[in-house]
Amino acid sequence: MYFFVILFLALMAYLVYFNVVRAKTIVNSPYNERQNNFAEQVVRGSITDKNGVVLAETQVAEDGTEMRVYPFGSVFAHVIGYSSQSYGKSGLEASENFDLLTSNAFFIEKIRNEFQDKKHMGDTVVTTLDASLQQAASQAMGQNKGAVVVMEASTGKILTMLSSPSFDPNQIEYEWDYLNTDEDNSPLLNRATQGAYAPGSTFKIVTALEFMREYDNYEDYRYDCYGSINYGETTINCFNSTAHGTQDLRSSLANSCNSSFANIGLTLDKTSFRKTAEDLLFNKKLPCTMDYTKSSFTVDKNTDASEIMMTAMGQGNTLVSPYHMALITAAVANGGKLMEPYLVEKVTNYTGTEITKNMPKNYKNLMTAEEAFQLKEYMSAVVTEGTASLFNGAGYTVAGKTGTAEYSMSDGEKTHSWFVGFTNVDNPDIVISVIIEGYDGNDGARAVPIAKQVLDAYYQNQ
Amino acid sequence: MANIIIELSKYIIIILIAVYTFSCFSVFLKESEEEEKSVIFRQKVLLFAIQFTAYLVMFLKTGEGKLLLFYLAQVIMLFALMTLYTLIYPTVSRLIVNNMCMLICIGWIMITRLSYTSAVKQFIFVILGSVFSLIVPVIIRKVKSLKQWKWIYGGAGFAALLFVAVFAVTSGGAKLGFTIAGFGIQPSEFVKILFVFYVAASLNESVSFKNIVITTAVAAAHVLILVLSTDLGAALIFFVVYLVMLYVATRQPLYAVAGLGCGGAAAVLAYNLFSHIKVRVAVWKDPFASYSEGGYQVAQSLFAIGTGSWFGMGLCQGSPELIPVAESDFIFSAIAEELGLIFALCLILICVSCYVMFLNIAMELRNSFYKLVALGLGTCYIFQVFLTIGGVTKFIPSTGVTLPLVSYGGSSILSTMIMIGIIQGFYIVREDEEEMIEKKRETAEKNGQKTKTKKKRKKPGAFEEVPKQRVR
Repeated sequence: MYFFVILFLALMAYLVYFNVVRAKTIVNSPYNERQNNFAEQVVRGSITDKNGVVLAETQVAEDGTEMRVYPFGSVFAHVIGYSSQSYGKSGLEASENFDLLTSNAFFIEKIRNEFQDKKHMGDTVVTTLDASLQQAASQAMGQNKGAVVVMEASTGKILTMLSSPSFDPNQIEYEWDYLNTDEDNSPLLNRATQGAYAPGSTFKIVTALEFMREYDNYEDYRYDCYGSINYGETTINCFNSTAHGTQDLRSSLANSCNSSFANIGLTLDKTSFRKTAEDLLFNKKLPCTMDYTKSSFTVDKNTDASEIMMTAMGQGNTLVSPYHMALITAAVANGGKLMEPYLVEKVTNYTGTEITKNMPKNYKNLMTAEEAFQLKEYMSAVVTEGTASLFNGAGYTVAGKTGTAEYSMSDGEKTHSWFVGFTNVDNPDIVISVIIEGYDGNDGARAVPIAKQVLDAYYQNQ
Repeated sequence: MANIIIELSKYIIIILIAVYTFSCFSVFLKESEEEEKSVIFRQKVLLFAIQFTAYLVMFLKTGEGKLLLFYLAQVIMLFALMTLYTLIYPTVSRLIVNNMCMLICIGWIMITRLSYTSAVKQFIFVILGSVFSLIVPVIIRKVKSLKQWKWIYGGAGFAALLFVAVFAVTSGGAKLGFTIAGFGIQPSEFVKILFVFYVAASLNESVSFKNIVITTAVAAAHVLILVLSTDLGAALIFFVVYLVMLYVATRQPLYAVAGLGCGGAAAVLAYNLFSHIKVRVAVWKDPFASYSEGGYQVAQSLFAIGTGSWFGMGLCQGSPELIPVAESDFIFSAIAEELGLIFALCLILICVSCYVMFLNIAMELRNSFYKLVALGLGTCYIFQVFLTIGGVTKFIPSTGVTLPLVSYGGSSILSTMIMIGIIQGFYIVREDEEEMIEKKRETAEKNGQKTKTKKKRKKPGAFEEVPKQRVR
């Protein structure tokens, strides 16, 4: 008969668990109208970069009117987001809303505020972002459309998240209608996490991994490249129809040989290919506190040869976000282990006393350490002898993969340029993922020099 | 300054309720009657202190004078209820009376905060309920043939449910009852009591396999008709109550296992047959994904509990009005938001202590019919508490039942007060028996050693069946 007592103990334990662990995430939901009530008693807290540089703060005028100010204007617009009376919130302003509107000010001060009928000061959210690096990325990006993500492989800290074109969150109230209707540029879209792009040759990392998994003797693989490959009615050309000659797996990746990878694609087991892609979080939820688009990988046992060839070299129906490519690269850099990416270093009260701190957490093993080691070596070859030779002599080592994704638009053939990679190959410092959107024709790898500018800036500041 | 009082009051209320809750359990350990009496007195003081603080805060916040009058009326009402109960029935369990008043009082506070007019209505219901709960023990005491009316209980209950299933208007996705003169009546609340009486009478008659089959069939008919009128919460309560009573009456684990098996199978079947059950389960899995298709309620409830956190937002400082049906089915969330999770946990513990007290009374009863009824009603009570609190906190899928005595709702409060009246009646009957035994023994002692053997047999028997109950 004490069955019910046990039932209730379980219920109470659940309630405590709920309050300690789950409550914060739930209360943060954009559906929760209660958060706005906090604003009546609390002055919204500041958001800073990892060194305390203010990225967003609320200025209170003499008469008590509050204004949200973003000192860096459009540079952090997507990752920090905006907080607007009329148009809601986005980015960290939305996901950290609860902490920003919670005051952990010293209790005596809070009592004094009560007597004086003053508002409490909200807590400060200290991010993992690096303001100078983000500015460097913004400058490197210039007028291009695209995105840059920089993170630490060993911790998961996100240092930079840039999307271009951007907008000025200080002006959001006035520019909203214009920003929302500009479909050519979609400035409100956070391309880093919400952009869905063909991965181009960066996907060859995934194909190579699958090939390694299926064939233990993958090092013996040889293919003679004549600049194109025919199979059935499909013809696939290498970039500029360059004939690469005899290629093994390493040089196929280093030279980004399309023909060789299309050839590899034909040898792969489709079900297993899909499983490997899903191990790397395609079609899966990503660890991400912001709005993001799931990546998609559509090969299954009914996929025809033509599509599998396209998919293996990075075209086909595969879609991925720059953020997701950064995660895959981070796993390669970190011995196969993906650390959970995070943007909030800690929350302090407004005077700087620490309230909570986020520690690096293991998210998932995307591949084995051996696989990661092998891919790392191949990606080093991309820089030392392949398509990303621009990094040679940079003063730091880089391993990575370039990509060019072609797609047709109403105004003709366009290309996206990709670069994903990491620095200080033996003991990786940072991971970078860059995409430069849609320019005309075959204008080389545009993402590489932009990535280089960002990485140079990182090492200059060290 | 008012802000300081309001802020402080949060913690005062929490401390008061925590002390009260502690006393609910510590009283089980008290040996002497003196100690128990002092606990009972302390509980009353705590109750009125909580009520005073809460209404003071609400008055300071809203500045409405009518709250003060209403407060006074409540104090008089509660005081009268406590006094009358103990005057008319000196042997009544005062702990249960205290807990009943406490739960009613918590309900009043929260309902007043949400809607003054509802609170006034609730006040009237409580007066009605008090009258019933004062009359019921007399009936129990005087009417000795209660256990012979099994077909009346079964027939009347079933007919009432059938009537609702056929004629009632659908509200909130379920056919629950009728509205007469502005007051909703929900017959299933009362049929619960009839059902318990039916099962107890029937199983008390015989636990032969044949009789069990018949009783089970009647019970299943009750449950089925509730499922058909989409009153899932009540259906579940009937089912669990029947299982528990069957097990207690027969002591056959096999029946319980078979019952659970059938229940599980029926649940799977029902899940596949009825779309509204699927919706409930989907909402339970992820209320945010199905926000616009019914997840709204549970999501708002979770926001409320999460926002309130340990100490709550303070009375009149949260937004419990955002939770749909906050006054009735979701009152637990409203309480958690404004009075805090610690208070809400104490509330759960008070409900559990009520159940333990019911069980203690049931264990002490000699009459096996009374015993079964008391167990059945106790199970009914605690399982309903579990369903409602588990539902609003997303521990289990939400079934839409009220929190007895706390939630707004005339039928709910009347039926619960009648239930408590019945259990109190049993308690009084037992105390009467005790007294008789005591007298017999005394007369036997006067008559000399002739009945010595008799005395020996009775006395240990009495103590075995009436142990000083402790929480295990």
